[in-house]
Amino acid sequence: MTFMHKLLGGAAALALSAGAALAEPAVIFDLGGKFDKSFNEAAHNGAQRWAEETGQTYREIELQSEAQREQALRRFAEAGANPIITMGFAMADPLSTVAPDYPDTKFVAIDVTWLDAPNVRQIGFAEHEGSYLVGMMAGMASESGTVGFIGGMDIPLIRHFACGYAQGVKAVDPEATVVANMTGTTPAAWNDPVKGSELTKAQISQGADVIYAAAGGTGVGVLQTAADEDILSIGVDSNQNHLHPGKVLTSMLKRVDVAVYDALKAGTDLETGVFTFGLAEEGVGYALDDNNAPLVSDEMKAAVDAAREKIIAGDLEVASYYATDSCPALDF
Amino acid sequence: MDVMPKWAEVILVPLISLVLAAVLSAIVILAIGEDPVEAVNLMVTGALGSTYGWGYTLYYATNFLFTGLAVSVAFHAGLFNIGGEGQAMLGGLGVALACLFIPWPHWTLALLGASVAAALFGAAWAAIPAFLQAKRGSHIVITTIMFNFIGAAVLNYVLVNLMRPPGSMDPATARFPEVTHLPTLHDILLPLGISFSRSAPANVTFVIALLACVLVWFLLWRTWLGYEIRSYGKSEPGAKYAGISPVVITMIAMLISGALAGLMAINNVMGEAERLVLNAVEGAGFIGIAVALMGRSHPFGVLLAAILFGFLYQGGAELALWTSIPRELIVVIQALVILFTGALDNMVRMPLERLFLMLRRREA
Repeated sequence: MTFMHKLLGGAAALALSAGAALAEPAVIFDLGGKFDKSFNEAAHNGAQRWAEETGQTYREIELQSEAQREQALRRFAEAGANPIITMGFAMADPLSTVAPDYPDTKFVAIDVTWLDAPNVRQIGFAEHEGSYLVGMMAGMASESGTVGFIGGMDIPLIRHFACGYAQGVKAVDPEATVVANMTGTTPAAWNDPVKGSELTKAQISQGADVIYAAAGGTGVGVLQTAADEDILSIGVDSNQNHLHPGKVLTSMLKRVDVAVYDALKAGTDLETGVFTFGLAEEGVGYALDDNNAPLVSDEMKAAVDAAREKIIAGDLEVASYYATDSCPALDF
Repeated sequence: MDVMPKWAEVILVPLISLVLAAVLSAIVILAIGEDPVEAVNLMVTGALGSTYGWGYTLYYATNFLFTGLAVSVAFHAGLFNIGGEGQAMLGGLGVALACLFIPWPHWTLALLGASVAAALFGAAWAAIPAFLQAKRGSHIVITTIMFNFIGAAVLNYVLVNLMRPPGSMDPATARFPEVTHLPTLHDILLPLGISFSRSAPANVTFVIALLACVLVWFLLWRTWLGYEIRSYGKSEPGAKYAGISPVVITMIAMLISGALAGLMAINNVMGEAERLVLNAVEGAGFIGIAVALMGRSHPFGVLLAAILFGFLYQGGAELALWTSIPRELIVVIQALVILFTGALDNMVRMPLERLFLMLRRREA
């Protein structure tokens, strides 16, 4: 062994032992990064809230490549991080191989519900139910009878959003037309506000006067252009009503922040298993605040709240794209 | 006559470029209040300090080797293939089809079959832009870039609508059967008494990539065809005058280039992920351009450059894991290396050439 090897080996051992001493929780953000104004940012906000309230710290990584998924999981697990919170459906496969190797570590998988792993807390959201409610509002607010949907990429998760939305629109106006577009075919589609803006203009020219964006950072461009062109838009994941007060009809809330906050708060006592957060658990919902109050009529609010009650009670079932791989209200 | 001796051309110019990039990176790291010495230390130990680090470095390097060679071969024919990304994507589709639908008896046969499929799919994806260039004069840079997007759209459609296992919401194929799993460097080196990290993704494909380097060198400098490719790349009128058909050489060079890019899929799709995901190539096709530029389109240079970029990727991952240096800055560091070695080559070369001229005059 050469001197250089010894030196490097020693440094590596030092780095590893330094890692093992910290039993912090860890958050693995998906490729979009923690400031994507949407899904990952919600998780970041939840984690920050926990850190500020408790004064504790957490480790984090924003993934840059597919190969890093398993790598980050293993490195954090080996360093003793617990629990390890992962974002997005793409972590399901790496988790299925890594989680069994670290039975004492607890993992949280957001947007994953189909794994068979005892030490993983799997959290799914009933996005179709929340989207159904904002779809109803879109249908009632629309004067032209045409509403729009702009997704990020054509993947099952986004079809799930679009499908719930279209059902909501059709529930209040069976004659309504739903125009649906996807932004792109590469991961850049999640952060392309310029293209979001162009699609918005294209949908307006087809008559749409309410547009729902489920496209991460791309949605910022959709909301901006909708406000500029004086039509209504609907935000997603976080409450985006404040971005353009009086122009954003509502936002479909997906409380990823709450899920992450709760997981961090529970710490190592985390309950594992599969959890689905729907309207009843307030995991999804629609946003109502001072910014959009003038846009939401009493009639609209009454109809949406009634539908919400019915869905919670089980009297109304919103078809899930996940369940059947098809949508009764929209063709893809 | 060359102004500089060969060693200066091959070693000194890239080395000075790297040093300049490193100095600038250090300034950037200092500017955000982190310690550059610690950062370099972390990158070196993380990427080269353990077999685990080497496993990741070599895994990334294998990807870049294939795409780098792909760009190099086309470059020798005077063609700028920016479509490595799309060709590797389609190569992945070929690998997935071969692994999922053919019942292989052993991984060696599966590797062979998947390699053929990857190369065929990659070459097919390069064939259309090549044909358009050869016959219609549509510029290869434009068409290959466009084909990257078409490739992404094709893959998106196939994964979401055709190859996704029922019930899974992840736009990816099912896992490949156990028999098609490639041995990792851990499995290969264990009988030799070397214990290589078990969790690193580097696999037998690295050996194939090295073999590809030798083959490309042999093709370009030791065969009739290679001579034709290079002379066509140096001077089209000259090659035509010598009876070399531009159409044939353009097609052949691009087909080989596409096949090499496609072959990358046996590393990332078959060797690492063991299933085809939407974002399988993740920019390796573009990094291949930088690798080829830095390696002066010579297989040995490409090998060194690929390992350097593998180091930057794995070292960057370690930085992201253990420091608060934001990942955008890690991209900046990688970009500085590309900028200095690829784009700002002349900035280093010209003063060096002047220096060597001065020295020579003094000798004379």
